[in-house]
Amino acid sequence: MKTQNCYLPHEAEILERVQETPDTFTWKLRFTDPDVAQHYSFRHGQFNMLYLYGVGEVAISVMSGDGSNLWHTIRAVGRVTKAMMALPAGSHIGVRGPFGSSWPLDHARGKDIVFVTAGLGCAPVMSSIRYVVAHRAEFGRLVIMQSVRHRHESLWEPQYEAWRALPDTQVLLTASRDKTRWPHWELGRVGVLLDKADYAKDNCVVMMCGPDAMMRDTASTLVELGVPGESVFVSLERNMQCAVGHCGHCQFGGKFVCKDGPVFAWPAVAPFMSVKEF
Amino acid sequence: MNTATQSPKPRVAIHKFASCSGCQLAFVNMGTDLIELTKLVDIVHMVEVGHVAPEDEQVDIAFIEGSITTPHDVERLKKIRANSHYLLTMGACATSGGIQALRNNADTAEWMRSVYAKPEYIESLSTSAAIANHVKVDFELWGCPVSVRQMLAAIRSLLFGVPPVISREKVCQECKRRGNNCIMITQGSPCMGPVTRTGCGALCPTFGAPCYTCYGPAESINAASFGVRLMGLGLSAEQVARKFASVNNAAPAFSEATQLFSGSAWMEE
Amino acid sequence: MNEMRYFPREKLATLIAAIKEAGYRVIGPRVEPGQGGLVYCEIAGAEDLPQGLSDEQSPGRYRLVPNGSKRYFAWANTASAIKPYVFVPRERLWSVVRKEGRLHFEPTHGQAEKTAIIGARACDLAALALQDAHFLRGKYVDTYYRARREKLLLVAVNCSHAASTCFCASTGDGPEVSGGYDILLDELDEGFIVRVGSSRGAMLMTDFPTTAATTEQIALACAQGEACRTAQTRRLPDEHLLPRLMQNLESPIWDDIAERCLACGNCTAVCPSCFCHREFDNPALNGKTTEHWRDADSCFSEDHSYLVGEVVREHTRARYRQWMTHKLATWVEQYGRTGCTGCGRCTTWCPAGIDFALEANRLLADEEGAR
Repeated sequence: MKTQNCYLPHEAEILERVQETPDTFTWKLRFTDPDVAQHYSFRHGQFNMLYLYGVGEVAISVMSGDGSNLWHTIRAVGRVTKAMMALPAGSHIGVRGPFGSSWPLDHARGKDIVFVTAGLGCAPVMSSIRYVVAHRAEFGRLVIMQSVRHRHESLWEPQYEAWRALPDTQVLLTASRDKTRWPHWELGRVGVLLDKADYAKDNCVVMMCGPDAMMRDTASTLVELGVPGESVFVSLERNMQCAVGHCGHCQFGGKFVCKDGPVFAWPAVAPFMSVKEF
Repeated sequence: MNTATQSPKPRVAIHKFASCSGCQLAFVNMGTDLIELTKLVDIVHMVEVGHVAPEDEQVDIAFIEGSITTPHDVERLKKIRANSHYLLTMGACATSGGIQALRNNADTAEWMRSVYAKPEYIESLSTSAAIANHVKVDFELWGCPVSVRQMLAAIRSLLFGVPPVISREKVCQECKRRGNNCIMITQGSPCMGPVTRTGCGALCPTFGAPCYTCYGPAESINAASFGVRLMGLGLSAEQVARKFASVNNAAPAFSEATQLFSGSAWMEE
Repeated sequence: MNEMRYFPREKLATLIAAIKEAGYRVIGPRVEPGQGGLVYCEIAGAEDLPQGLSDEQSPGRYRLVPNGSKRYFAWANTASAIKPYVFVPRERLWSVVRKEGRLHFEPTHGQAEKTAIIGARACDLAALALQDAHFLRGKYVDTYYRARREKLLLVAVNCSHAASTCFCASTGDGPEVSGGYDILLDELDEGFIVRVGSSRGAMLMTDFPTTAATTEQIALACAQGEACRTAQTRRLPDEHLLPRLMQNLESPIWDDIAERCLACGNCTAVCPSCFCHREFDNPALNGKTTEHWRDADSCFSEDHSYLVGEVVREHTRARYRQWMTHKLATWVEQYGRTGCTGCGRCTTWCPAGIDFALEANRLLADEEGAR
């Protein structure tokens, strides 16, 4: 990477697009240059910079990948992502990456694995969950917790239901703003799931992704419950423009979230998570 | 009839209210870009160049120049809004009320009597108001006049289906990117760059002249501190007040600043 | 390499001519007409240098005053450092041609010119080393920065004059240059002591006539540096104390600063180590091509901390806190030292006259605000 131009995207084609919810969609992408496609590989939890012609770039975590294809799940919230939602399959975009740190799956072997996500925070852990599922015997118990505001906004419910059937696997879902309590669903925020989760507090790895407040509260609770802070990992989101630790926007204390993160061990970021406007 | 179905090109209208027409002229001043622009859009209404469409003509993008000063303006503006997909203000008059908003705190009836022989024929509102005071504005392009570059970028963004990027940063940032020395620091010049929005390319300070707020208030300005600083350069409180009371005097951040440094208000602080 | 040689003042023109002869564009301090301060810009020769001028600097004020001397470098520093010549405040990174829906990306190939900076200061060379660490020494290299950096020839001049805003002695970066130069000068009343610091510098000096510097001349140069050091009244707290700023994030002093701060970002723009920049697209009107640019950015701008529809650092208090804690505390975590080299520009060029070193001292003295 040293001699390459780390700012320059490569062309990729949108092979398929799925409208997941009214504001969220998934792209299946492939680099048009076979050489680029062949040399591309990502670690679970990393992100790519996706570029929309004439508009700009956004940092989006890699939801899944299978060698030559990449999947990104994107919520249309900003100038770039809203315009991306309008692109039909067959369009071309720019992609550079992968960037950032990854989930500590290698260190998690033999331990109980706990995923805690909220909203679209489920996307950055998808490939990790699939990895654990595919290598089920190498890990201890698997707990998957996901919270959404309304059940109808939830992504991939059939996938969660399929995981529920696996051995030693708990799938806990909650909707914070629904009036009705659906079967297999709780009502409330992610906190209501923590009590129900069954895992070894002293021998687990927690991987968490969601809004700052949710991660702060959940990580604090877990630590109070006896989970060592070093076993809790969070994926942060900040303004990222260069993705390589140069542009300075994503700084969080001494950390460049794009380069040192987005995945951090909780103690590395905990001191500043409750500082307002940090 | 030039209807939307016959023309696949987006339709653009440029409307004028109380103003000097300087912002419309920005269109005419585009040079070859104007030819390029007419390939991309149909300009269906622009009085300045002789295109006149009825006000209920449906358009994709309406640019508004000028402020609202008469009851008839209000009616016309509402029709325009109802028939436009995007409505953009261009320039200080449309965006904040313009220099003519200085009358907002004056006795307009008295002024009318002193200017016009038969003031009873004049139908005027008591204020000069920004477009946003009457209808929803989608995007604001500040400046007196607007910059052509900014306007073209806004049109290009809308053609791409994305909102224009409208920076609210201070003139100082652009001034420094140009490598200028700060004339306030080196000469004690009362440059308004630290409270004024970017967009001009730091035109005045680049040529050694102090910025005079024609792009309106920047984000997060600190008028109280800045006014005190200007007084430290030798300006009186009243002179500071007038610095804020220029072409964007009715922009809330500037009218508050004017109030703060006007007359006795400053002494009481 | 570090032998001290001497040449008389009038030979500076010859040295500059030799540098030009070697193919360099020569950048030096020059009085900018109409703007009244010194800036590094292209010079024709020694005649463009600010002979007989000194700078008077204080918070929010910079003036050039005649000093009655024939010296060229009897001033502390310029409005901007070397930064704009390596980290260009606005540049195109790449462009795209869209043809039949396909995107053809083309990087901007840097046409970096051989550039010589005459009169670089100790603080600015130290800051350049910080920028090198940021743009060149990490996992990713900024190829645009590198292209220019590799073509840079640095002719440094030790300071003989400290402005009231200078505090390089307390950061350990000056007033004497300690490295990172190709040629180093000490300006005396009648001429210059010269040292070379690189093979490139040595090559340029090969045919340049000099005599061995006398012990007297060397003593004069040392005395100048020492005087410059003792003349500095401002100082930054000791580096080992600075991380304590991170324990003082809720101090009321941040509010007090924010009452004066204009959030204009002048401090970050003139800071020789600040590296923040933002990226944006600039499409052609016809939509067939587009360009991807970057602009120097500031942590005082709202866009800097924009995140999904929200500005994280909404208030000036938080923005000033980000600027100072990054520069003085978290920079250490990133690059092993603070990001401040004591040039004092943030203080001189602050329209509100906020005194950076003073505020840092106040914050560290504020025990009540500390958690």
